[in-house]
Amino acid sequence: MSKDNQILEELTSKEYEHGWSVNFEADEAPIGLNEEIIRWISAKKEEPEWLLEWRLKAFKTWQSMTEPTWANVTYPKIDLQSLRYYSAPKQNNKPKSLDEVDPELLQIYERLGINLNEQKKLQGIAVDAVLDSVSVATTFKGTLSKLGIVFCSFSEAVKEHPELVKKYLGSVVPMTDNYYAALNSAVFSDGSFCYIPKGVRCPMELSTYFRINAANTGQFERTLIVAEDEAYVSYLEGCTAPQRDENQLHAAVVEIYAAKNAEVKYSTVQNWFPGDKNGKGGIYNFVTKRGICAGDHSKISWTQVETGSAVTWKYPSCILKGDHSIGEFYSVAVTNNYQQADTGTKMIHIGKNTKSRIVSKGISAGKSQNSYRGQVQVMKRADNARNFSQCDSLLMGDRCGAHTFPYIDINNSSAKVEHEATTSKIGEDQLFYCNQRGISTEDAVALIVNGYAKEVLNQLPMEFAVEAQKLLALTLEGSVG
Amino acid sequence: MLTIKNLHASIEGTPILRGINLEVKAGEVHAIMGPNGSGKSTLASVLAGREEYEVTEGEVTFKGKDLLDLAPEDRAREGVFLAFQYPVEIPGVSSTNFLRTAINQVREYRGLEALDAVKFLTMMKEKMKLVEIDQKLLSRSLNEGFSGGEKKRNEIFQMAMLEPTLSILDETDSGLDIDALRIVSNGVNQLKSKDNATIVVTHYQRLLDYIVPDYVHVLYKGRIVKSGTKELALELEEKGYDWIKEAIDSEATV
Repeated sequence: MSKDNQILEELTSKEYEHGWSVNFEADEAPIGLNEEIIRWISAKKEEPEWLLEWRLKAFKTWQSMTEPTWANVTYPKIDLQSLRYYSAPKQNNKPKSLDEVDPELLQIYERLGINLNEQKKLQGIAVDAVLDSVSVATTFKGTLSKLGIVFCSFSEAVKEHPELVKKYLGSVVPMTDNYYAALNSAVFSDGSFCYIPKGVRCPMELSTYFRINAANTGQFERTLIVAEDEAYVSYLEGCTAPQRDENQLHAAVVEIYAAKNAEVKYSTVQNWFPGDKNGKGGIYNFVTKRGICAGDHSKISWTQVETGSAVTWKYPSCILKGDHSIGEFYSVAVTNNYQQADTGTKMIHIGKNTKSRIVSKGISAGKSQNSYRGQVQVMKRADNARNFSQCDSLLMGDRCGAHTFPYIDINNSSAKVEHEATTSKIGEDQLFYCNQRGISTEDAVALIVNGYAKEVLNQLPMEFAVEAQKLLALTLEGSVG
Repeated sequence: MLTIKNLHASIEGTPILRGINLEVKAGEVHAIMGPNGSGKSTLASVLAGREEYEVTEGEVTFKGKDLLDLAPEDRAREGVFLAFQYPVEIPGVSSTNFLRTAINQVREYRGLEALDAVKFLTMMKEKMKLVEIDQKLLSRSLNEGFSGGEKKRNEIFQMAMLEPTLSILDETDSGLDIDALRIVSNGVNQLKSKDNATIVVTHYQRLLDYIVPDYVHVLYKGRIVKSGTKELALELEEKGYDWIKEAIDSEATV
């Protein structure tokens, strides 16, 4: 066995850290997918009539749609009728404040390193904790509401701010957008809602931590972020799931709306269970994320560190409608063992003088397949549009694959679009060089990978960046001997 | 300090080293010279533990330990340093970060506490003077976009930081102009002490004007065929390698 392969063997033998699950009494929908189930979910959440109608309409559309097959991933057909679409931990009384939340639930998050206790919590990050189908707690709501910022679970937003939800829900990702977005629109259970009023700079990072606990249950959350004129918010999303032999479906929708001069930064550290080293189990992560720079001079920036999931299908995108608006996409996607990732972005230039920047860093190890798929579209009226794309692939070993699918569609001759791509291998030379200076091979891999991904990791808020660095090292631990 | 006995090594089944014997004591400087393809760089790589080379026979002891039994990183932690002929680039990793990781892993192996940032930087500032290296260079990605001379200077700077007991300089003079050669050699000379030893692998005698060896060995076809003092190097400079080659080759045919 060559040295590379040995290293890979060792890396791949690393266990997933968040693979545990907890038993608690759950409030569950019956298994299966039909109109009744959708009515059941809507009733459970005491939703207004218009939202039920919206769900049912999405469901009807979805029924006429077929699953997309263009992505560079293969997986057995998912039997959507065998899934459960709602599972929530039973809480006797609806907790009104953090103090009333079942300590057992809070402990789940503590074990994941997320402390929901505001006093103990580091200043600067407010958390919405979503477990399976519901939000169990949101911190710093009081502090934020003084500034007029709404940060709460989606269900709560439907009750407290129906006019905002009604106005923006589906405005960026229409319910008919694609197969999984339509499914999500029909059955979504919870998620986070965030509204930053005009002229307000959100003083702390807002974050949602998604955790799947229940078996055999799909997670369909929905996140909606609205930044009014001159508003600013930085939003973080983290996700983990228990280790199970069956595959689980996670089909989320995230919508971002940025008005004039508004700026939204959205960062994700995705660490869903990736399946074991033989490719058994793991999350199917089929997610639609899109933001619209609706106002002039607005900016949306996506940063993602994708290390988990058995199959990922995800293209956080920007519609650059406002003149002078800016869209950014920074991504590190790591695949190991039998993981498959097909991820990238779409930058749609509609307004004049719009700019977009794409930096994608793929890292493949084991027998995994890692694809970048990105589209840059410049519409007829988008004078002086600028795009810069850089897509790098790093291969570890000789049994994995890296693929790049760039699509460029220009309808305005003043556009300037640049695309750079590189493919490299972690060389035995690099590893030997590190070894010769006394650095162990595992640490050498971590050093090289973090160096490679630096440009993207630098975009993350400090606290997250450190976590992400550790996570990268952990995901690839043992991949070189 | 270092004893090499009857060392044979091959790459992909082709024998390169065919019975090397060498004894290096603390405080000594040994030069290994020889024509292209004689096995000089292979010897350096085998001592450092590069995996493509298979040791087929012989033994190497370093400070009483079986060197060949140690992983490359443990050889480094025991005090073996190789200045590479072609230093490797690591994008996105600064020299500073790289060295700090290395030093702290070496210290951990030796049961020492990790150096904190202040102590590390103080040490760096001190050692930077040895090879006249600029701090700006050290905050850049390791060796990326460095000139040939900067790469070699950085190697010697790393050597200064890691304070090895045995330094092996593999063709450190290649690609250096006369000024860089002087700076690099100067650094090496200042690091010399009675407790450490240096093996200088080189093709030309030029470097040995600056780093004066106690012993010179000529490697040819995987064996040390002639040993002597620094005068041997001068003789080689004057006469080339052909007279040695001829002597050995005619012996072999008899």
